[in-house]
This record gives sequence, C-alpha cells and structure tokens, in this order.
Amino acid sequence: MTATIRPFGHDQKRVEDPRMITGQAKYTDDFTLPGMLHLAVVRSPFAHARITGIDTTAAEAMPGVRAVFTGAQMRDAGYGGIPCAWVVPDSGTVTPEHPPLAIDTVRYVGDAVAAVVADNDYLARDAAMAVEVDYEPLDVVTDAHAAHQDGAPQLHADAANNQCFKWTVAGGDIDAAFAEADVTVSERIINQRLVPMAMEPRSALAQVIGSMGEVTLWNTTQNPHIVRFLTSLDTPFPEHKIRVIAPDVGGGFGSKIPHYPEDTMVIYASQLTGAPVKWTETRSENFQATIHGRDHVQDVEMCAKSDGTITGIRATVWANLGAYLSTASTGVPTILHGLMLSGCYTIPNIHEDVYGMFTNTTPVDAYRGAGRPEAVFMVERLVDKVANALDMDPVDIRRQNFIPPFDDGHEVATGLIYDTGNYHGALDLALEKAGYEELRRAQEEARAEGRYMGIGVCTYVEICGLGPSEVAGAVGFGGGLWESAIVRFHPSGKVRLMVGVNPHGQGEQTTFAQVVADQMGVPVGDVDVFYGDTAQTPMGWGTYGSRTTAVAAGAIVGAMEKIKEKGRKIAAHLLEAAVEDIEFDDGKFYVKGSPEAAKTIQEIATAANVAWSMPEGVEPGLEASAFFNPSNFVYPFGAHIAVVEVDPETGEIDFQRYIAVDDCGPIINPMIVEGQVHGGIAQGVAQALWEGVEYDDAGNLLTSSLMDYAIPKAGSFPKFELGHTVTPTEVNPLGVKGIGETGTIGSTPAMYSAVMDALAPLGVEKVDMPLTPERVWRAIEAAKA
Amino acid sequence: MHKAAFDYHRAGSIAEALDLLEANPDARPIAGGQSLLGVMKLRLAAPSALVDLGQIPDLAGISSDGDTITIMAMTTHDEVATSDVLAAHCRVLCETAGYIGDVQVRNRGTIGGSVAHADPAADYPPVLVALGAEIVATSKTGERTIPAADFFVDIFTTALAPGELVTAVKVPVTSGASYQAHRHPASSYAVASAAAVVAMSNGSVGDARLVVGGVTGKPETIAAAGAALVGKEPSEDNIAAAASEVAGALSNPMGDVYASGEYRVHLATIMAKRALAAAAG
Amino acid sequence: MNVTLTINGSTHQGDVEPRMLLVDFIRDVAGLTGTNIGCDTGQCGSCTVHLDGKSVKSCMVLAAQADGSSVTTIEGLASNGTLHPMQEAFRQNHGLQCGFCTPGMIMTAVKLVERNPDMSDAEVRHGLEGNLCRCTGYENIVKSVIAAAKDMGPHSPFEADRAAHRETLREAEEIASRRSE
Repeated sequence: MTATIRPFGHDQKRVEDPRMITGQAKYTDDFTLPGMLHLAVVRSPFAHARITGIDTTAAEAMPGVRAVFTGAQMRDAGYGGIPCAWVVPDSGTVTPEHPPLAIDTVRYVGDAVAAVVADNDYLARDAAMAVEVDYEPLDVVTDAHAAHQDGAPQLHADAANNQCFKWTVAGGDIDAAFAEADVTVSERIINQRLVPMAMEPRSALAQVIGSMGEVTLWNTTQNPHIVRFLTSLDTPFPEHKIRVIAPDVGGGFGSKIPHYPEDTMVIYASQLTGAPVKWTETRSENFQATIHGRDHVQDVEMCAKSDGTITGIRATVWANLGAYLSTASTGVPTILHGLMLSGCYTIPNIHEDVYGMFTNTTPVDAYRGAGRPEAVFMVERLVDKVANALDMDPVDIRRQNFIPPFDDGHEVATGLIYDTGNYHGALDLALEKAGYEELRRAQEEARAEGRYMGIGVCTYVEICGLGPSEVAGAVGFGGGLWESAIVRFHPSGKVRLMVGVNPHGQGEQTTFAQVVADQMGVPVGDVDVFYGDTAQTPMGWGTYGSRTTAVAAGAIVGAMEKIKEKGRKIAAHLLEAAVEDIEFDDGKFYVKGSPEAAKTIQEIATAANVAWSMPEGVEPGLEASAFFNPSNFVYPFGAHIAVVEVDPETGEIDFQRYIAVDDCGPIINPMIVEGQVHGGIAQGVAQALWEGVEYDDAGNLLTSSLMDYAIPKAGSFPKFELGHTVTPTEVNPLGVKGIGETGTIGSTPAMYSAVMDALAPLGVEKVDMPLTPERVWRAIEAAKA
Repeated sequence: MHKAAFDYHRAGSIAEALDLLEANPDARPIAGGQSLLGVMKLRLAAPSALVDLGQIPDLAGISSDGDTITIMAMTTHDEVATSDVLAAHCRVLCETAGYIGDVQVRNRGTIGGSVAHADPAADYPPVLVALGAEIVATSKTGERTIPAADFFVDIFTTALAPGELVTAVKVPVTSGASYQAHRHPASSYAVASAAAVVAMSNGSVGDARLVVGGVTGKPETIAAAGAALVGKEPSEDNIAAAASEVAGALSNPMGDVYASGEYRVHLATIMAKRALAAAAG
Repeated sequence: MNVTLTINGSTHQGDVEPRMLLVDFIRDVAGLTGTNIGCDTGQCGSCTVHLDGKSVKSCMVLAAQADGSSVTTIEGLASNGTLHPMQEAFRQNHGLQCGFCTPGMIMTAVKLVERNPDMSDAEVRHGLEGNLCRCTGYENIVKSVIAAAKDMGPHSPFEADRAAHRETLREAEEIASRRSE
C-alpha cells in the first residue's frame, strides 16, 4: 500500500472553484435562448387593497411589448394557486388561495398583479409601469400579535382573526413546575424579521415546447425536484413533461426553497408567446417578493429551583407568516422551532402555543436556521436571565443543566430523541480557546476603568439532516425527506455521481467526490458530481435544513456498497476465485492473502462496461442506484462565545472576538466546514446587531434596499476563532451531522448575550434586536433615568 | 429597476457643456454618476438628457498657489484621497475623501458632482464649510465663486443658478482640522458628522470652526461652539462644553429607521467633541 | 447610440439606448456573463470591473460614459491559461462559496493589492467595503487577498508606480510635519 492522504478529512480544494473564479459559472440569468423574451411584474404599491380594475391597453401599445396578462387570464388558462407544501396536523391550519397574480385583492406591497412580456428587460419594465391598476385601499396589519386582536383587518375570508393555525407542544406538567419553582423569569422577545439576501437574485427562464406539451424551467432553486412537483400542481403541465434545471445557484439560505409565483408566470408567458421567457428580479423586487425569515413575537417564561436547576419553559408565540403561505411556511415555527425548546438542557416541563398569523407583509419561510434560531435564542436568553436572577455565572448554569453525554439517543420533553451529544465537551473547548477566566478578569478591570466589556456564551443543539420520511409525513410535510444517488463507472474507470440534492455554494460537488474517492479508491479528480437537472438526476428533496451531506451521503454510500458487491463478483470471475474470498481495499480487488494479483476498480469498470466476459447471471455495466431514508434527524451542537465592548456615549458596539466550537461529527473537508461556520456566524451576528425589516403602518417596506438594510461587510468582523469536537451520529453510515446552520443558530444568542453582559453595570436589562447604536444608547439613557 | 429613457451628450469642453445644457432645458449634467445614476435607477429623477462632463480635460487636476488649493470639479474622490498636494496642505480633505463610499465609488465619484448633488449625508459639505472653501460656478456669462457656507442651501439644493456648472472647489491651505462621522452600516453615508478646524495660538485656541453634517438639510455651522473655545486651552472639559452647543444650534433634525432626529443630534455632539479634540491635538 | 468598447482586448460595438448600463453592455452585447448583477443601488459590488485600469461598479456607469474605454472583466484576468494570482488565492484559501460575488470581489481585490501589496487585515477589510458577500463571512476572502498579495507583490508590473507613490507620500508627510512645528 502506498501512503496516501485519505480524501475523507482532507482540505481538498473545491472542484467548483475554477469556473467561479474565471467567470465561467452559469447562473440562471446567464442563459439566453434564441428569440428569448423578458418578463416584468407589475407589483402592488399597497399592502392591502381591492383591485377594482386593470387596464393593460397602454402597456400593450408600447414598443417591443409582446403580451400583457393578469391573474384572471392565468386562471382561465388552467393555472392554479401556488400550493403550500406543509400543513401541520392538529393545528386547524387553513390554506387560503394564493394565485400567482392577485385577482381581486392584493395583500402585501409587492404582491404581483400583472405581467408584461417584451423584447428586452428595459422595455418590459417600461411597459410594466404603464399598466394601470385601480386599487381601493383596505386597512393594514403588519404585526403578528396585532393581527390576532379583535378588530384587526382581516386578510383571508377563511382565516378568522388572521389565524392560519394554532399548534401546541407540551411535555411534563408545566403548571406544577411553575407552581413549585423558586425563581421565575419572563420576557417578550421580538425575534425580528430578516431578509435572506442571497447575492444572486431569483431568476426563472421557461421554454415551452407546445407541440410536445413540455416545458423546461431554468430556475434559481435549492430543490429542483420539489419545484417540478409543485409546478405540476399549479400549471397544466404534468410532472413528467416538466424539466427543472437549477444551474449554478448563487446562495439561497432558504429563500430559494419555495416554488414562487414567477415560476408559473414565465411558464404561462412562454406558452402564451411561443417563445422562451425569462424573468430576473431586481434587488428591490427581492426585498418585496422573495420570502423573509424569522418574525416572531414570543412571550416566554422559565422557572428554576434556587440551586439553578431549570424545571420548565412556557411560551406563547405569534409567528408572522406574511400574506400567503409559502412552500414550507407552517413547518418553520412549529416542528423546526417548538420541538427544540429543551435546547441542550434537561428541562422536564415544556409548553408552547404557536399561532401562525397572516399579515399584510411579504410571505415568511425558511431562512438559515429556520425555526431553530428562534428557539435557541429564546432558551438561551431565559437561561441567562435565570443565571442573573440567581447570581450564577452563565457557564455554571449551563453545565448544571446540560443533558449528560450520550451516544444512544436521549429523549427530551418535547418528544424528540436526540441522536448523540457531548455538550460539556464543546463548552469546555470553547472556554479554553477563549481563555474564559482571563476574559472575566479582563472584564473586571475594564469595568473598574469605566469601560463596558461584555462576554456572551451560547450553548446550543439543533435539529437538522431532515429527516425520516415517516416523520415528514406525520408532521404534515407534503413530501418525503429521503435521498437517492446513482454511482456510475465509465468504461475508462472514471466515475459519475448523480444526486437529487442541489448544493448552491456549500461545496458538495467536492465533498461528495471525496466520499466516493475515499471509499472507491479512485482519485478525487476522477469523480464528477452532478446535480441540478430533474431530467438527469435521481429523485431528491433538495438542499436545506443541513440535510445534504447527512442524508445524501447515506444514499451515496449505499450505491457504492452495491458497486463493490458487483465488483467482487466480476473480480472473482476474472481472478478465477470464489466471491467470498475477494477483498476490496483502496481501489483494488484481490484474493485474500494475495494483494499483489489485484484487479483495480478501473479494470473492473472496463470489464463490466465492455462485458466481454461477465460472470454467470451478472448484468453488464458498473452502476448502482440507492435510496436512503434516515432513521432519525441529526443533532449537531456547540458552544459559542462573543466578546464586545460597548461605547456608552454612542451606543456603538466594538466586536472584538468570536470563538465557535461546533460538533458536526466526522469532518469530510475541514476547510469547507470552517467556511460554513464563518458564513453562519456572519448571518447570526448580523441578526443580533444590524439586520431587521421595518414596515410602516401602511405596510410599506422601509428597509427596501441595500442602502438601508444592513447586511455585514468585510469590516464588520474580527477574525473568527474556530474549534471542533467530534461526536459521530449513528443515523447515517458516515456518522456525519449538518454544519450549514450551526453558525447562525449559535451566534445570535452569543452576540446578544455579550452586549447585555456589557450593559449590565449600566442597569440595562433588555434591548430589542437588532442592537443598533440608537437602541443601545436609548436603553442606557432610560436606565440612567 | 431601470431608468426611464433619455438622451446622452458627451461634452468635450466647459463651453460645449454649457451650450448643451442651454439647448436641453430638462437635461442634467453628469459627472461620475455615482449619485445621479442611483436616483435615476429608482426613477426618483428622470431627466430627458444627460450631459457628460466626465471627459472634459479642463475639469481635471489639483493645483496649489501656496495659499489656496484648486481642485477641479471632475477630480475623483480617490484622486483627492491620494493627492500629494492635499496630503501636504489640507490633509483633512484626503482623510474625508478616503472614506467616501467605497473604492469603486471613489474611483468614479467626483468632488464637483458631490457638491452639486448636495446630499445632506455626504461627507464633503461640512468639511468644505469648515475649511472656508469656495465653490467655483461657471456659466455662459462667466465665473463666480460662492462661499461653501452659502452654497449648500438645503437637501439636494444649492445656490447654483440655472445654467451654472460647478467647475472647481478652492480650499485654503489648512492644518489642524478633523472630520468625524458615524456611518450608516448599509449605505456608509454619514448619519451625523462633524468637521472642525482649530488654529492654536500659544497653547490656547486662536480660532475654531465647527460644522455639523447629516442632521439637517445642509451643513450647519455651530458658531457658538467655535466662540466657546477661543482663548481657551483645548482641554477635555472645554471641548465638551463647546460641543454641547451643538444641540441648541440644530432645529428640525432629520430622522429615519436607523437614527431618529434626537439621536442624530446626540451623535453630532459626540462627533463634534471628537473632531474638535482631534483638530486641536 | 453607437458605443464601442475594448473588453479584455477585443473590440465590442453596439447600437444601444443611452440608458444602457455598462454591465448590460458587458453581459448582453459582449456576451460576457461572468460579471454579475446583485443589486440595483450600487451597494453589492458583484458587477465590479476594471474601467481604464480602475475598479468600478459597472451598474453605476452608463455604457455611453465608457464609450471608447478599455474594460477588463473576470474573463480577461487570467493570461494565456494561467490564473491570476488573485484567482488562484481565492481557490487555495476557500475564498468563495456560491461564487456569485466572486468575480467582483476578485476584480476589486486585484486593484487593492496593485496599489498596496502590504495591507493589514484591517486595510483589506476597508478596501472591500464595496463588495458584499453573503456566504463566507469574509474571513477567507481576506485571507485570500493577503495570500495573493504575497504572490503578486514584487513581480507586479505596478511596483515601480507604487514605490514612487509611497515616496511622494513620505515627502508629503515630512512637509506636513514641518508645517505643524
């Protein structure tokens, strides 16, 4: 055996990069088809209004305009409402009609009203401005809690009090826990609305081949198979006549999971005009018409014993769903949120009621973390408050309440069974990396000098690797959550892996190649990983919920096992040995004890593909397909520590250090995992400090461009200090957990806690996020008064 | 979003630019376009034509006669930031320009375009007023100089008469100046800023000028702050006392989602303190 | 109107509306789609190209304003099949994830390093203020730029200009300090 670097666990440089650093990557908007037309959308300037008339004549007369159409036309042509793919059971969920173009009522600023198709984008947008729509404005409500009150403006006839659902999770005896508690803390938390802001705006290009009854849709999506499935429900095209291609996708963070109205608009437009039609959103449109994330009003309480033992958590949450249900809207504040209220702690009594609310705002769906940040923030904030109430160090209270290390499942009060965990291990490493005791000493000195230094600690566990399909069905998700893979050896011994997931920046084109190379003993460069085309990839449910590696890897490994099995038979045949005697190691098949007379996997691939001499009963070719339905979710965890100093004069926050220890099980590519954590921290810290959507009372988006919605810049951060512990899961054959969302989930509470720790000597107890300088300054002034 | 349609004319000289503007009454001059194209894309402005000043040779360059530095209108922010002449004779302007927007904006945006745009959140206006700069305006009837303090009238409004172009900015050779700004985390425009020029005389303040930007529609000279410092040592207490004049001098402060008027006034006070201290130190 | 540009050494000519942005000329007339459009207010920097040797946001320049100029896009950065050191550094240091901001980021970074090969971490971060990335948290982008600076450093064709500029700045500092004495 030659000593080689195992591909698994190695900083393999990404195979995606060459095209991306040279400008050769192809995003949806980069595609131009012969005769292609451009679509522009007429959007409502009102948050809530009745449409009393749409006059398209002026627009139709403009140069280069090929078609102008409305929702009524689409309906008459057999196009239905945009379906919601998740209906949470036992919650009374109502699913109001969501036409791709509003027909009689608009319900948020940006709601689509009509569409224009023209020779180019400039002309289409000129004509869109010439479409005359008469509106009769209605009363507006944008806040989820306000929407639930008597007398609030009503959005949908079938949703009384604007309530989409009421969902409850309960475990233990919450009333007894509070009755017997020594200390109780409570808070109203506003987990504010965010804009996902993938750098690539959404785009959709449809080409209908009328004679064949077929359509191809190039689409910025995280899950082309789901888009195909849902498109078959709201267009006249059946699923087998729809091909969805997701080329390079420039980030998603959840915002490219949903199937959007514009997908169906370009399909209808192509059908109508007989030409390919493309729509690409502007960033301004993205702010209005691409889903938002978070937006909870949470009334929360936690109770504990005087020794710091936490005994219960109770919450009522109003989750803002926006004006209509997006693809996964209802699952985010319920299954992905409420079930995680035990955090990484033993909390025997839990009760939460979640109200899903319609408001006159952009629809809300999954944004990086999706439900879990809203849960972890809530739990961590209350744990800090209990610690403050009992004058305990935030580290001590966490250690005291941690679920002890476990490797064979641990059931929490919400009914979930966490797979594996060692929360002490991650916290200990984070404290060591941070020099926690030294930091606390430095803080004492700073305070003595009148400086306001703060240290924030967050320990979290999250649920990802979605998930067992039986659970998906039981919780109302309208699809499965398994994955499949095809491994195909070419005659020359090169490999093609086809998967149904759809990476869009996470780097699985590389990590999957590493997994294949590692197990098949071929060079990483010999493996071509393909995804993003429903016509060429096996079925899969997409890339979100930190599931891509955790779930698809099971299918990839399964396919490779079949290849190895078949390879053994062929090798036995060629080596004239018994199949049971054939070993496979590092890309070579050989008879036990005689590794020198080996057949390489490449030789086997050639033999199988030419099929000149196959063993009895063995089919030609070397290809296998496998499906993997995980037995459980996976539960990565970690500990994050933030260090800040607040300028009490201005309220500005100086972000000094950030330490993150995350445990996602065995790491396939450390470089890529660190990159995921970096990006996650950036987004989570941004929620704490800078980002927040604001509407005015009329439902106008006040943070409507990158001029006023502050996503982080390069200068926003110090260098991140990362560490990892490794606790494998039993849920999949590689033992891997997800890493795509941990950074975001852990960092918002850590940063918030650091700022509150800094402000503690000033008497400040609460500031709503984002912690803008003005809010911090006002809190300081209020505490002084 | 896209701009509405318009005509485009490139001027080869100042005279040609003035002719083109006279011939197209709804036309607007465009310099680097870093502000104008932005408002046109959002259709907040829809001129019928643009007259491009960007390639007029006479509008480029920075020169000094020993007392006054003349910065021609099409000098980019980056050229101001990296000007050897300014580094030596009016460093505060280099420092100010070096933080406008970002690298790409500084490569295109010009001092003439910025002052003519008169954005209250821009960085140059308070600095130019504090420096006692003059704006050179050229029209078909000739040239006049307008003190910066008179030039900036209100939000996006200047003392330029119809048919006049900003052709140069003249600043006196100055040391002992500082510009401090609290920047918007998204746009990087100044939310509240202060420019201070302090001349020392035998260990005490001989002259002090303080100008606040970002809070109201134009740069506001805080005369009381300057007066409060003259003849005194620039101690922390004296500077704080001078800066405390800011609030009283500002009325009707602007506010938005990021920063209310009240907070802007507060920030301006802090920026004033820091600018005065840096200018005196 | 007629607009002619030299893009990556080739002449591209188009009869375009005066309102056409440079980025649309690059993408739609010249067919070079490596330059991406990420916003409509000039914040994101995804569309950054070199216009007559300077980094600019091509969505904030009219094609007409650039008429007669020379443009370099991401497609023109590698020479004779050899990646520019900045491109190579981004790959080596995992300076990209989804890749959408990457062309603009690289174009900005190249000019930053050409001007100052000895940037600190903070200087790189300040220099990249006009380029937004949502994936990386910027950490590996900064690392990439600093790594590229080492490779570009003394071999850069701009080194002589930079040395001259640094010398002038030093002189200016001296003059300034003499004045204040």
